[in-house]
Amino acid sequence: MTWAPSERELERQAVRRRLRLQQTVIATAVTVVVAVGLALLVVSSPGWDRVRDYFLSWSHARDSFAAIAEGFWINIRIFLVAEPCVLVLGALVAIARQTTSPWLAPLRLLATGYTDLFRGVPSIMVVVICGIGIPALGLSGVTSSLFWLTTFALVLCYGAYVAEVFRAGILAIHPTQVASAEALALTRGQTMRFVVLPQAVRRVVPPLMNDLVSLQKDTALISAVGVFEALRAAQDYQGYNFNGTPLLVAAAYFLVVAVPLTRLTDWLMRRQIEKEQGR
Amino acid sequence: MTASVSGLLEAKGLRKSYRGKVVLDGLDLGVAEHDVVCLIGASGSGKSTLLRCLNLLETIDDGIIRFDGREISDPLVDPRSVRREIGMVFQAYNLFPHLSVLDNCTLAQVRVHGVRRDEAADRARQLLARFGLADKADAHPDALSGGQQQRVALVRAMCTRPRLLLLDEITAALDPELVGEVLEIVRAEAQAGTTLVLATHEMSFAREVATKVCFLDGGRVLEQGPPEQLFGDPVEERTRAFLARVRS
Repeated sequence: MTWAPSERELERQAVRRRLRLQQTVIATAVTVVVAVGLALLVVSSPGWDRVRDYFLSWSHARDSFAAIAEGFWINIRIFLVAEPCVLVLGALVAIARQTTSPWLAPLRLLATGYTDLFRGVPSIMVVVICGIGIPALGLSGVTSSLFWLTTFALVLCYGAYVAEVFRAGILAIHPTQVASAEALALTRGQTMRFVVLPQAVRRVVPPLMNDLVSLQKDTALISAVGVFEALRAAQDYQGYNFNGTPLLVAAAYFLVVAVPLTRLTDWLMRRQIEKEQGR
Repeated sequence: MTASVSGLLEAKGLRKSYRGKVVLDGLDLGVAEHDVVCLIGASGSGKSTLLRCLNLLETIDDGIIRFDGREISDPLVDPRSVRREIGMVFQAYNLFPHLSVLDNCTLAQVRVHGVRRDEAADRARQLLARFGLADKADAHPDALSGGQQQRVALVRAMCTRPRLLLLDEITAALDPELVGEVLEIVRAEAQAGTTLVLATHEMSFAREVATKVCFLDGGRVLEQGPPEQLFGDPVEERTRAFLARVRS
């Protein structure tokens, strides 16, 4: 027998639809009011005309567009190389800190020292020290490419942050999970790899995304050693033409990458959760 | 409110499906004040789903639920106003691991019911003491045994003096020794006149405390009646088959 909703259920569905519509209307109205209010506040400020001329010039945006795009391609490449390295380094350091074997004591010490050091030092200093210091050593066989040296510096900085994120995730897994894995006679390594890490990673995806988006922005730090990436290109144009619009153009480039990336992870997370809860 | 015949809680024609799989299929259930209703039936027969629907943790696809004469399945009803009056205990205890036993028991009293903190603590300690948990008030849930945790969960649900208590297979995760200490509480509550709806696999317990036993099958209450009748002389063939299976 097929089921047809009762009259009461149809009534309820109508009420729910009405409530949803009400909520949509409220949400839209509030958003519009807030957005318009903020826009009016900015536009009516006393210095608005000057700010507009300096930062929002269409012709300057058009003229600087290509040069910044070329610079931004460097940012993208550094990000694409650094990101997987950061994830691997971070995971390895986090795992190293969770080991218990007495033989690995130096490794634990090294891992702890590494996170303390590189979380404590401002990234821009690491970039400058790597970019200028390492080639100055004159070691044979070590690259003098600023691209690779600065990428290396960013990996060092962000590896430390990401290691702590992973470690937080590992520590958050309930001890009963470890117990049940050990009860199946899995080794500590296997427990980590097949039981703890998969759950830990899932939990830390949002903070991980935080760090990755932050890394993507911080690729601009390499401008400090003179690499002509997006920020440097924008500043260059700004210096020659006395107009700051290229800075906003560069900012837009970064946003165009960051926003879809975060949305994508949000979506992936939601899908994963729905799958696991069987809904 | 007009006093309906079926009393405190009434469900009519409940329907609930998940991804096209129909779990409740036109189920009817009546619960009068001071009733102890035991839901029995095979795993997957819809016992848990029914309980979750009754305190609006799930939205039903169709049917009507009335609590104290008011239709609570109406979308305009605030679910929290219903849940203030209905307690629920889960199979997996679901205690808050970051709070002490006492804080688990006072959270809703203080935050939802506006009870003063010291009064809430008094009430919680009193109930904990009654169920042999006086010395556990400051412990954290993970430091307790399963039976102790489930007793705390019961105390947590009872602290707010709900008019109806829903118990979802609360002994299923416990070993037989611990089952006794949990059922002791339920028995005491039943005798004190608390209205209970419980899903259970403990047939002998159901026979002892129930005022009404409902056998769920195929998303409906296939057969219901006082325990003597349902256990002693079931009418339906499927009820007999189920009882024979769980007794062997």
